[in-house]
Amino acid sequence: MDDMIFGITLMLVGMGGTILTLVLISVTVGLIKRLFPKEHRAKGR
Amino acid sequence: MVDAILNALTSLLMGIGYLLDHGLPNVVMILVSFLLFYLGIRKGVEPLLLIPIGFGCLLVNMPLSDVMDKGGVLKTLYDMGIINELFPLLIFIGIGAMTDFGPLLENPKILLLGAAGQFGIFITLLLSLFLGFSKLQSVCIGIIGACDGPTAIYVTSKFAPEILGAVSVAAYSYMSLVPIIQPPVMRILTSKREKEIVMGSMGRGVSKETRILFPIIVTLITGLIAPMGLPLMGMIMLGNFMKESGVVERLTKASQEEIANAVTLFLGLAIGGTMEGHAFLKVETLIIFSLGFLAICFDTVAGVMFGKLMCLLSGGKINPLIGAAGISAYPMAARVVQIEGQRYKKTNYLLMHAMGANTGGQIGSVMTASIILSVLKGLQLI
Repeated sequence: MDDMIFGITLMLVGMGGTILTLVLISVTVGLIKRLFPKEHRAKGR
Repeated sequence: MVDAILNALTSLLMGIGYLLDHGLPNVVMILVSFLLFYLGIRKGVEPLLLIPIGFGCLLVNMPLSDVMDKGGVLKTLYDMGIINELFPLLIFIGIGAMTDFGPLLENPKILLLGAAGQFGIFITLLLSLFLGFSKLQSVCIGIIGACDGPTAIYVTSKFAPEILGAVSVAAYSYMSLVPIIQPPVMRILTSKREKEIVMGSMGRGVSKETRILFPIIVTLITGLIAPMGLPLMGMIMLGNFMKESGVVERLTKASQEEIANAVTLFLGLAIGGTMEGHAFLKVETLIIFSLGFLAICFDTVAGVMFGKLMCLLSGGKINPLIGAAGISAYPMAARVVQIEGQRYKKTNYLLMHAMGANTGGQIGSVMTASIILSVLKGLQLI
Protein backbone atom coordinates (compact mmCIF):
# COMPACT_ATOMS: atom_id res chain seq x y z
CA MET A 1 0.00 0.00 0.00
CA ASP A 2 1.26 3.46 -0.90
CA ASP A 3 2.50 5.42 2.12
CA MET A 4 0.18 8.38 1.68
CA ILE A 5 -2.88 6.19 1.09
CA PHE A 6 -1.94 4.32 4.24
CA GLY A 7 -1.58 7.57 6.20
CA ILE A 8 -4.85 9.05 5.02
CA THR A 9 -6.69 5.75 5.61
CA LEU A 10 -5.34 5.57 9.13
CA MET A 11 -6.23 9.21 9.74
CA LEU A 12 -9.81 8.83 8.55
CA VAL A 13 -10.49 5.50 10.25
CA GLY A 14 -8.45 6.36 13.35
CA MET A 15 -9.93 9.79 13.96
CA GLY A 16 -13.43 8.72 12.94
CA GLY A 17 -13.21 5.57 15.05
CA THR A 18 -11.97 7.50 18.07
CA ILE A 19 -14.76 10.06 17.80
CA LEU A 20 -17.45 7.41 17.33
CA THR A 21 -16.17 5.32 20.23
CA LEU A 22 -15.99 8.30 22.54
CA VAL A 23 -19.51 9.36 21.49
CA LEU A 24 -20.67 5.83 22.33
CA ILE A 25 -18.99 5.96 25.75
CA SER A 26 -20.38 9.45 26.35
CA VAL A 27 -23.94 8.39 25.49
CA THR A 28 -23.67 5.23 27.59
CA VAL A 29 -22.39 7.21 30.58
CA GLY A 30 -25.32 9.61 30.11
CA LEU A 31 -27.72 6.65 30.27
CA ILE A 32 -26.01 5.19 33.33
CA LYS A 33 -26.26 8.57 35.05
CA ARG A 34 -30.00 8.57 34.40
CA LEU A 35 -30.33 5.03 35.70
CA PHE A 36 -28.29 5.80 38.80
CA PRO A 37 -28.70 9.48 39.59
CA LYS A 38 -26.75 11.02 42.43
CA GLU A 39 -29.98 11.57 44.39
CA HIS A 40 -30.84 7.86 44.08
CA ARG A 41 -28.88 6.89 47.20
CA ALA A 42 -29.99 9.92 49.26
CA LYS A 43 -33.69 9.21 48.55
CA GLY A 44 -33.25 5.57 49.43
CA ARG A 45 -32.06 6.41 52.93
CA MET B 1 55.67 -9.96 36.90
CA VAL B 2 56.28 -6.43 35.63
CA ASP B 3 54.53 -7.34 32.37
CA ALA B 4 51.54 -8.63 34.29
CA ILE B 5 51.32 -5.40 36.30
CA LEU B 6 51.65 -3.30 33.13
CA ASN B 7 48.96 -5.34 31.40
CA ALA B 8 46.69 -4.95 34.39
CA LEU B 9 47.26 -1.20 34.45
CA THR B 10 46.71 -0.96 30.70
CA SER B 11 43.40 -2.77 31.06
CA LEU B 12 42.33 -0.14 33.58
CA LEU B 13 42.98 2.57 30.99
CA MET B 14 41.20 0.80 28.15
CA GLY B 15 38.02 2.75 28.77
CA ILE B 16 39.75 6.10 28.41
CA GLY B 17 41.50 4.87 25.26
CA TYR B 18 38.18 3.78 23.77
CA LEU B 19 36.60 7.10 24.62
CA LEU B 20 39.43 8.99 22.87
CA ASP B 21 39.37 6.75 19.78
CA HIS B 22 35.67 6.08 19.10
CA GLY B 23 33.80 7.67 21.93
CA LEU B 24 32.66 11.11 20.70
CA PRO B 25 28.97 10.02 20.43
CA ASN B 26 29.23 8.56 23.93
CA VAL B 27 30.73 11.78 25.30
CA VAL B 28 27.86 13.74 23.73
CA MET B 29 25.32 11.38 25.28
CA ILE B 30 26.99 11.65 28.69
CA LEU B 31 26.48 15.40 28.35
CA VAL B 32 22.86 14.71 27.36
CA SER B 33 22.45 12.69 30.55
CA PHE B 34 23.76 15.71 32.50
CA LEU B 35 21.17 17.84 30.70
CA LEU B 36 18.44 15.39 31.74
CA PHE B 37 19.67 15.59 35.35
CA TYR B 38 19.62 19.38 35.14
CA LEU B 39 16.09 19.43 33.73
CA GLY B 40 14.87 16.96 36.33
CA ILE B 41 16.61 18.45 39.38
CA ARG B 42 16.75 22.19 38.72
CA LYS B 43 13.75 22.66 36.44
CA GLY B 44 11.48 19.98 37.90
CA VAL B 45 10.79 18.50 34.44
CA GLU B 46 9.32 15.02 35.03
CA PRO B 47 12.09 14.17 37.54
CA LEU B 48 10.65 10.74 38.30
CA LEU B 49 11.34 9.75 34.71
CA LEU B 50 14.21 11.96 33.62
CA ILE B 51 16.48 11.04 36.54
CA PRO B 52 16.39 7.26 35.87
CA ILE B 53 16.44 7.82 32.09
CA GLY B 54 19.42 10.13 32.49
CA PHE B 55 21.25 7.64 34.68
CA GLY B 56 20.52 4.77 32.32
CA CYS B 57 21.87 6.95 29.53
CA LEU B 58 25.00 7.70 31.59
CA LEU B 59 25.59 4.02 32.36
CA VAL B 60 25.19 2.80 28.79
CA ASN B 61 27.51 5.47 27.42
CA MET B 62 30.41 4.79 29.74
CA PRO B 63 33.26 3.34 27.66
CA LEU B 64 33.12 -0.43 27.22
CA SER B 65 29.95 -0.53 29.31
CA ASP B 66 28.24 -3.91 29.22
CA VAL B 67 24.96 -2.88 30.86
CA MET B 68 23.04 -3.40 27.61
CA ASP B 69 24.88 -6.56 26.59
CA LYS B 70 23.21 -9.93 27.07
CA GLY B 71 22.85 -10.46 30.81
CA GLY B 72 23.67 -6.80 31.59
CA VAL B 73 21.52 -5.08 34.18
CA LEU B 74 19.77 -2.65 31.83
CA LYS B 75 19.35 -5.28 29.12
CA THR B 76 17.72 -7.54 31.70
CA LEU B 77 15.31 -4.76 32.69
CA TYR B 78 14.66 -4.04 29.00
CA ASP B 79 13.86 -7.69 28.28
CA MET B 80 11.86 -8.03 31.47
CA GLY B 81 9.47 -5.17 30.91
CA ILE B 82 9.97 -3.11 27.76
CA ILE B 83 10.23 -5.56 24.91
CA ASN B 84 7.15 -7.41 26.19
CA GLU B 85 5.35 -4.09 27.06
CA LEU B 86 4.87 -5.10 30.70
CA PHE B 87 6.20 -1.92 32.35
CA PRO B 88 3.95 0.60 30.54
CA LEU B 89 0.95 -1.61 31.30
CA LEU B 90 1.80 -1.77 35.01
CA ILE B 91 2.18 2.01 35.04
CA PHE B 92 -1.26 2.26 33.47
CA ILE B 93 -2.79 0.43 36.46
CA GLY B 94 -1.30 3.14 38.68
CA ILE B 95 -2.55 5.92 36.40
CA GLY B 96 -6.07 4.46 36.51
CA ALA B 97 -5.89 4.19 40.28
CA MET B 98 -4.75 7.82 40.56
CA THR B 99 -7.24 9.36 38.13
CA ASP B 100 -10.54 10.86 39.22
CA PHE B 101 -12.95 10.63 36.29
CA GLY B 102 -15.60 12.48 38.32
CA PRO B 103 -15.49 15.79 36.39
CA LEU B 104 -15.72 13.87 33.12
CA LEU B 105 -18.65 11.80 34.34
CA GLU B 106 -20.47 14.95 35.40
CA ASN B 107 -20.32 16.26 31.85
CA PRO B 108 -19.64 13.29 29.53
CA LYS B 109 -19.95 15.44 26.39
CA ILE B 110 -16.53 16.83 27.27
CA LEU B 111 -15.12 13.41 26.38
CA LEU B 112 -15.28 14.54 22.75
CA LEU B 113 -12.56 17.08 23.45
CA GLY B 114 -10.39 14.08 24.21
CA ALA B 115 -10.89 12.95 20.62
CA ALA B 116 -10.05 16.33 19.11
CA GLY B 117 -6.86 16.43 21.16
CA GLN B 118 -5.55 13.40 19.28
CA PHE B 119 -5.62 15.05 15.85
CA GLY B 120 -1.90 15.84 16.07
CA ILE B 121 -1.15 12.12 16.04
CA PHE B 122 -2.44 11.76 12.50
CA ILE B 123 -0.95 14.95 11.08
CA THR B 124 2.42 13.93 12.50
CA LEU B 125 1.99 10.43 11.12
CA LEU B 126 1.44 11.91 7.63
CA LEU B 127 4.46 14.19 8.02
CA SER B 128 6.63 11.26 9.16
CA LEU B 129 5.59 9.21 6.14
CA PHE B 130 6.33 12.19 3.92
CA LEU B 131 9.81 12.46 5.47
CA GLY B 132 10.56 8.84 4.61
CA PHE B 133 10.01 6.99 7.87
CA SER B 134 8.52 3.52 7.53
CA LYS B 135 4.81 2.99 8.16
CA LEU B 136 5.27 1.54 11.63
CA GLN B 137 7.91 4.10 12.61
CA SER B 138 5.53 6.86 11.48
CA VAL B 139 2.76 5.45 13.65
CA CYS B 140 5.10 5.43 16.65
CA ILE B 141 6.27 9.01 16.00
CA GLY B 142 2.66 10.12 15.62
CA ILE B 143 1.83 8.55 18.99
CA ILE B 144 4.09 11.15 20.65
CA GLY B 145 1.12 13.42 19.95
CA ALA B 146 -0.93 11.34 22.37
CA CYS B 147 1.09 13.15 25.07
CA ASP B 148 1.08 9.85 26.84
CA GLY B 149 4.46 8.33 27.72
CA PRO B 150 3.35 4.77 28.53
CA THR B 151 1.25 4.54 25.34
CA ALA B 152 4.17 5.80 23.25
CA ILE B 153 6.49 3.24 24.87
CA TYR B 154 3.94 0.42 24.51
CA VAL B 155 3.44 1.02 20.78
CA THR B 156 7.07 1.81 19.94
CA SER B 157 8.61 -1.08 21.85
CA LYS B 158 6.30 -3.37 19.93
CA PHE B 159 6.64 -2.00 16.40
CA ALA B 160 9.72 0.21 16.10
CA PRO B 161 12.11 -0.58 18.98
CA GLU B 162 14.95 1.05 17.03
CA ILE B 163 13.47 4.50 17.75
CA LEU B 164 12.24 3.72 21.28
CA GLY B 165 14.77 5.97 23.05
CA ALA B 166 14.02 9.02 20.89
CA VAL B 167 10.23 8.54 21.00
CA SER B 168 10.00 7.99 24.74
CA VAL B 169 12.32 10.84 25.69
CA ALA B 170 10.43 13.14 23.29
CA ALA B 171 7.06 12.00 24.69
CA TYR B 172 8.02 12.60 28.31
CA SER B 173 9.90 15.84 27.61
CA TYR B 174 7.04 17.40 25.67
CA MET B 175 4.49 16.22 28.23
CA SER B 176 6.32 18.28 30.80
CA LEU B 177 6.72 21.21 28.41
CA VAL B 178 2.95 21.51 27.92
CA PRO B 179 2.84 24.69 30.07
CA ILE B 180 5.28 26.31 27.64
CA ILE B 181 4.01 24.87 24.34
CA GLN B 182 0.24 25.30 24.77
CA PRO B 183 -0.40 28.88 25.98
CA PRO B 184 0.81 30.72 22.84
CA VAL B 185 -1.39 28.50 20.65
CA MET B 186 -4.38 29.01 22.96
CA ARG B 187 -3.92 32.79 22.94
CA ILE B 188 -3.66 33.02 19.16
CA LEU B 189 -6.73 30.91 18.46
CA THR B 190 -9.24 32.45 20.87
CA SER B 191 -10.76 35.91 21.07
CA LYS B 192 -10.82 37.96 24.28
CA ARG B 193 -14.56 37.38 24.58
CA GLU B 194 -14.12 33.60 24.27
CA LYS B 195 -11.34 33.55 26.84
CA GLU B 196 -13.59 35.34 29.33
CA ILE B 197 -16.51 32.91 29.11
CA VAL B 198 -17.42 31.77 32.60
CA MET B 199 -18.61 28.20 32.75
CA GLY B 200 -21.21 27.10 35.28
CA SER B 201 -19.99 25.44 38.42
CA MET B 202 -19.70 21.69 38.76
CA GLY B 203 -20.07 19.75 41.93
CA ARG B 204 -23.37 17.90 41.88
CA GLY B 205 -21.25 14.82 41.56
CA VAL B 206 -22.20 11.43 40.21
CA SER B 207 -23.42 8.33 41.94
CA LYS B 208 -21.06 5.62 43.13
CA GLU B 209 -22.77 3.20 40.74
CA THR B 210 -21.86 5.42 37.79
CA ARG B 211 -18.26 5.64 38.96
CA ILE B 212 -18.04 1.87 39.33
CA LEU B 213 -19.76 1.09 36.03
CA PHE B 214 -17.67 3.58 34.01
CA PRO B 215 -14.44 1.52 33.86
CA ILE B 216 -16.43 -1.60 32.99
CA ILE B 217 -18.27 0.18 30.16
CA VAL B 218 -15.06 1.61 28.73
CA THR B 219 -13.36 -1.80 28.89
CA LEU B 220 -16.29 -3.52 27.17
CA ILE B 221 -16.54 -0.91 24.41
CA THR B 222 -12.77 -0.94 23.80
CA GLY B 223 -12.71 -4.71 23.75
CA LEU B 224 -15.50 -4.83 21.18
CA ILE B 225 -14.27 -2.05 18.89
CA ALA B 226 -10.49 -2.06 19.25
CA PRO B 227 -9.41 -5.32 20.88
CA MET B 228 -5.74 -4.76 20.05
CA GLY B 229 -5.71 -1.91 22.55
CA LEU B 230 -7.44 -3.85 25.30
CA PRO B 231 -4.27 -4.36 27.37
CA LEU B 232 -3.74 -0.58 27.45
CA MET B 233 -7.29 0.48 28.24
CA GLY B 234 -7.95 -2.59 30.36
CA MET B 235 -5.10 -1.80 32.74
CA ILE B 236 -6.13 1.84 33.20
CA MET B 237 -9.69 0.79 33.84
CA LEU B 238 -8.60 -1.98 36.21
CA GLY B 239 -6.77 0.63 38.30
CA ASN B 240 -9.79 2.93 38.26
CA PHE B 241 -12.21 0.11 39.01
CA MET B 242 -10.19 -0.89 42.07
CA LYS B 243 -10.15 2.74 43.22
CA GLU B 244 -13.86 3.31 42.74
CA SER B 245 -14.93 -0.05 44.16
CA GLY B 246 -13.50 1.09 47.48
CA VAL B 247 -13.01 -2.46 48.70
CA VAL B 248 -9.39 -3.12 47.68
CA GLU B 249 -7.65 -0.16 49.21
CA ARG B 250 -4.39 -2.05 49.69
CA LEU B 251 -4.24 -2.99 46.01
CA THR B 252 -5.19 0.52 44.95
CA LYS B 253 -2.54 2.05 47.18
CA ALA B 254 0.08 -0.44 45.96
CA SER B 255 -0.80 0.40 42.35
CA GLN B 256 -0.63 4.15 43.04
CA GLU B 257 2.61 3.99 44.99
CA GLU B 258 4.84 0.93 45.34
CA ILE B 259 4.17 -0.68 41.96
CA ALA B 260 4.08 2.62 40.06
CA ASN B 261 7.29 3.82 41.74
CA ALA B 262 9.27 0.61 41.22
CA VAL B 263 8.14 0.24 37.62
CA THR B 264 8.85 3.92 36.87
CA LEU B 265 12.43 3.40 38.06
CA PHE B 266 12.91 0.23 35.99
CA LEU B 267 11.21 1.75 32.95
CA GLY B 268 13.33 4.90 33.11
CA LEU B 269 16.59 2.98 33.47
CA ALA B 270 15.73 0.62 30.62
CA ILE B 271 14.74 3.53 28.34
CA GLY B 272 17.98 5.29 29.23
CA GLY B 273 19.75 2.09 28.25
CA THR B 274 18.50 2.48 24.67
CA MET B 275 20.26 5.84 24.36
CA GLU B 276 23.73 4.57 23.43
CA GLY B 277 25.55 7.31 21.55
CA HIS B 278 26.30 5.50 18.29
CA ALA B 279 22.69 4.33 17.98
CA PHE B 280 20.97 7.46 19.29
CA LEU B 281 22.87 10.34 17.71
CA LYS B 282 21.36 10.41 14.26
CA VAL B 283 19.62 13.02 12.18
CA GLU B 284 16.43 10.99 12.51
CA THR B 285 16.46 11.51 16.29
CA LEU B 286 16.38 15.27 15.79
CA ILE B 287 13.58 14.88 13.23
CA ILE B 288 11.60 12.73 15.70
CA PHE B 289 11.98 15.43 18.38
CA SER B 290 10.81 18.11 15.92
CA LEU B 291 7.84 16.03 14.80
CA GLY B 292 6.89 15.35 18.42
CA PHE B 293 6.85 19.08 19.10
CA LEU B 294 4.62 19.67 16.06
CA ALA B 295 2.31 16.84 17.19
CA ILE B 296 1.57 18.57 20.48
CA CYS B 297 1.05 21.94 18.75
CA PHE B 298 -1.43 20.31 16.36
CA ASP B 299 -3.20 18.60 19.26
CA THR B 300 -3.65 21.95 20.95
CA VAL B 301 -4.87 23.62 17.76
CA ALA B 302 -7.44 20.86 17.15
CA GLY B 303 -8.55 20.83 20.79
CA VAL B 304 -9.09 24.59 20.92
CA MET B 305 -10.84 24.63 17.53
CA PHE B 306 -13.17 21.86 18.70
CA GLY B 307 -13.72 23.84 21.89
CA LYS B 308 -14.74 26.80 19.71
CA LEU B 309 -17.19 24.58 17.87
CA MET B 310 -18.68 23.38 21.16
CA CYS B 311 -18.84 27.00 22.30
CA LEU B 312 -20.81 27.88 19.19
CA LEU B 313 -23.17 24.90 19.48
CA SER B 314 -23.77 25.52 23.20
CA GLY B 315 -24.67 29.15 22.63
CA GLY B 316 -21.46 30.44 24.20
CA LYS B 317 -21.61 28.38 27.39
CA ILE B 318 -18.35 26.49 26.84
CA ASN B 319 -15.02 28.28 27.11
CA PRO B 320 -12.94 27.06 24.12
CA LEU B 321 -9.77 27.17 26.21
CA ILE B 322 -10.77 23.89 27.87
CA GLY B 323 -10.30 22.23 24.46
CA ALA B 324 -6.54 22.52 24.98
CA ALA B 325 -6.86 20.15 27.94
CA GLY B 326 -8.12 17.34 25.70
CA ILE B 327 -4.68 15.74 25.72
CA SER B 328 -3.27 13.11 28.00
CA ALA B 329 -0.81 15.26 29.97
CA TYR B 330 -2.73 15.01 33.25
CA PRO B 331 -3.20 17.21 35.21
CA MET B 332 -0.75 19.64 33.64
CA ALA B 333 -2.92 20.56 30.65
CA ALA B 334 -5.90 21.27 32.93
CA ARG B 335 -3.78 23.55 35.10
CA VAL B 336 -2.59 25.43 32.03
CA VAL B 337 -6.23 26.08 31.06
CA GLN B 338 -7.04 27.32 34.56
CA ILE B 339 -4.07 29.72 34.56
CA GLU B 340 -4.85 31.00 31.06
CA GLY B 341 -8.53 31.50 31.92
CA GLN B 342 -7.63 33.51 35.00
CA ARG B 343 -5.22 35.69 33.05
CA TYR B 344 -8.22 37.22 31.32
CA LYS B 345 -10.82 36.99 34.10
CA LYS B 346 -9.63 36.61 37.65
CA THR B 347 -12.89 35.08 38.87
CA ASN B 348 -13.02 32.40 36.19
CA TYR B 349 -12.57 28.85 37.50
CA LEU B 350 -12.19 26.48 34.58
CA LEU B 351 -10.17 23.87 36.45
CA MET B 352 -12.83 21.20 37.00
CA HIS B 353 -14.14 21.53 33.43
CA ALA B 354 -10.58 21.30 32.16
CA MET B 355 -9.96 18.27 34.39
CA GLY B 356 -12.94 16.63 32.68
CA ALA B 357 -11.45 17.36 29.25
CA ASN B 358 -8.04 16.21 30.47
CA THR B 359 -9.28 12.83 31.68
CA GLY B 360 -11.18 12.65 28.38
CA GLY B 361 -7.79 13.18 26.72
CA GLN B 362 -6.35 10.26 28.67
CA ILE B 363 -9.11 7.99 27.46
CA GLY B 364 -8.98 9.53 23.97
CA SER B 365 -5.24 8.95 23.59
CA VAL B 366 -5.46 5.31 24.62
CA MET B 367 -8.56 4.81 22.47
CA THR B 368 -6.81 6.30 19.44
CA ALA B 369 -3.79 4.06 19.99
CA SER B 370 -6.10 1.07 20.39
CA ILE B 371 -7.92 1.86 17.16
CA ILE B 372 -4.66 2.42 15.29
CA LEU B 373 -3.36 -0.96 16.49
CA SER B 374 -6.56 -2.68 15.46
CA VAL B 375 -6.49 -1.00 12.03
CA LEU B 376 -2.84 -2.01 11.56
CA LYS B 377 -3.81 -5.57 12.42
CA GLY B 378 -6.70 -5.35 9.96
CA LEU B 379 -4.32 -4.11 7.26
CA GLN B 380 -2.03 -7.04 8.16
CA LEU B 381 0.85 -4.69 8.88
CA ILE B 382 1.38 -6.21 12.32
